[in-house]
Amino acid sequence: MAAITLTGLKKSYGNAHVIKGVDIAIEDGEFCVFVGPSGCGKSTLLRMIAGLEDITDGTLDIGGRVVNDLPPKDRGVAMVFQSYAIFPHMTVRENVAFGLTIAGDDKATKDAKVAEAARILQMEHLLDRRPSQLSGGQRQRVAIGRAIVRKPQVFLFDEPLSNLDAALRMDMRMEIGKLHKALGATMVYVTHDQVEAMTLADKIVVLKDGLVQQIGSPMDLYHNPANEFVAGFLGAPSMNFLEVEVVSANGDKAVVRNAALDPVEVPVRVGSAQPGQRARLGIRPQYLAPTPDTEPGQLHGTVMLTERLGSETVVEVQLRDKTPLIAALTRDAVFALGTPVNLGFDPAMTHLFAD
Amino acid sequence: MATISADNHGLRLATRYAVLVLIAIVFIFPLVFMLMSSLKPDQQLLQDTASLRAFLPVGDVSLRNYTAAFDRAPVALFIFNSVLVTGVTVVLSLLVCSMAAFAFVFIGWKGRDFLLTVILATLIVPFETIAIPLLLIASKLPWIGMDGLTWGWLNSYHVQIVPFIADGLTIFLFVQYFKDLPGELIEAARVEGATWPQIYRRIVMPLAGPVLATAAILKFLAMYNQYLWPLMVVQQEGYRPVMVGLQYFFQQNVAWGEVMAYLSMITVPVLAFYLYLQRAFIASIASTGVKG
Repeated sequence: MAAITLTGLKKSYGNAHVIKGVDIAIEDGEFCVFVGPSGCGKSTLLRMIAGLEDITDGTLDIGGRVVNDLPPKDRGVAMVFQSYAIFPHMTVRENVAFGLTIAGDDKATKDAKVAEAARILQMEHLLDRRPSQLSGGQRQRVAIGRAIVRKPQVFLFDEPLSNLDAALRMDMRMEIGKLHKALGATMVYVTHDQVEAMTLADKIVVLKDGLVQQIGSPMDLYHNPANEFVAGFLGAPSMNFLEVEVVSANGDKAVVRNAALDPVEVPVRVGSAQPGQRARLGIRPQYLAPTPDTEPGQLHGTVMLTERLGSETVVEVQLRDKTPLIAALTRDAVFALGTPVNLGFDPAMTHLFAD
Repeated sequence: MATISADNHGLRLATRYAVLVLIAIVFIFPLVFMLMSSLKPDQQLLQDTASLRAFLPVGDVSLRNYTAAFDRAPVALFIFNSVLVTGVTVVLSLLVCSMAAFAFVFIGWKGRDFLLTVILATLIVPFETIAIPLLLIASKLPWIGMDGLTWGWLNSYHVQIVPFIADGLTIFLFVQYFKDLPGELIEAARVEGATWPQIYRRIVMPLAGPVLATAAILKFLAMYNQYLWPLMVVQQEGYRPVMVGLQYFFQQNVAWGEVMAYLSMITVPVLAFYLYLQRAFIASIASTGVKG
């Protein structure tokens, strides 16, 4: 098993700087998820760890060894690809045993290791099939089987679930989580799906435009986002952002208001608020609730759309200043379209970005 | 509605078959004509060309032309020479060109794009323009064979083989095919510890069935039909291939019946090779089973 340390890591293609100096420390045995929108550089970063992309600058250390110039096979990593990348001309057994065959293991050793991997992934009955006879989920198991059979120091996953349908994705997500617990190996997982990031990770690295936005545990990032990007990226539905005016400021507290929001005192999370300044107030949809008109610090608007999901009801509200707002309410909340609504929230749970 | 669409379907099918039959006739009838003519004496052969009898085994039919052809030229030797030269060239060419294409597509190295451009540029150079310089070079090259070190390649099998092993078209075919293989398969193999030779042998070539069949057929036809080059470099009968052997039948009086018999015999290896590869081609597509 191994810790991974990225120090000042950079990647450029000519004049295009894809990774612009990244520092990440991944502990031994940790499940680290790189998350971010398309083009943020998360897959490139993973491929640099795998050795499939050259490192332009900085150092990459795996298990106490600088591996910048080592080929993939000498880095002690295994990788699961988005397209699974299982070899179509080999049976499942040959696919899973591929790394062992290359390493020159004898048949008895290979058979034992393949059987063990097949047992862990519950695919003993698939071993003699060809990839064309497998479903997407089964192919994904084969790809994972090929990765675990060599007992590598580090597992790399490049959006492994994005080709699966929703139900299967959830099953495989749980299985990968269990696999991490069972193997205790260091895992680096790339996804653009914040649900996968939140559920699987010990540590999340949020990336944007080749730069790290924030590193931390899922709940830490959820409750204490370092900037608007992280705040908006994690959590579903996304955080609402309201343009507000700072009425008064007192250290780490500020009173803010706008046309749809009664004056309310909120904690300043990022930057320092000055009276008269424009700022953005972030409120998660889950922290909103309909309240009687008499309470202070409320949002006023009109119901535009109601989506009943069973477990909760998602309501789109148009505020008085015409900005849209999403509220995730209890499942029995019922609103007719066009109904005026007042939404209250706990000011302590809001995020004021005054930078 | 159902009847109309069924009728339409039948009509479409009939049209399609009619077109296919027509195309088949265009391709098959010359072969039939050749085979039938090879069984007839010259006078009858020429008379029959005016009617459909040309395509039928009628009149004075015998195998006399075949025995006469054997008397006139060492047919078996020529076929052996051609099959040997063609077979060895095809095998070596598939090996060398696929390896070159592999290096061009999968391995990053300085100057590869430039070199590939140069190789592809050779596609537009007709062989006739380089034949004489090639002959001059070949006549002076050293060779280590059964007789030890010798100078000059003329009158040998290798002078007919070596210059044609590497060629731009075959490399181009492999490059195009390899570019379409999913890159993640190669990357997965690299992460699993495979070296480049292992990736070539265990991943890329097993998936290259269709392009191997295509390249082999094209190379086979080009090599088997070689005429100008062997005419220039081979003066001894012992190394002469089939196409040059055709000259034996075009002397003062052309014996058309014998020509047809000779052509029928030298066509057999081509048809056999083609039919064999056609099956391999279909099988290779069926077994790949790459699905998204």
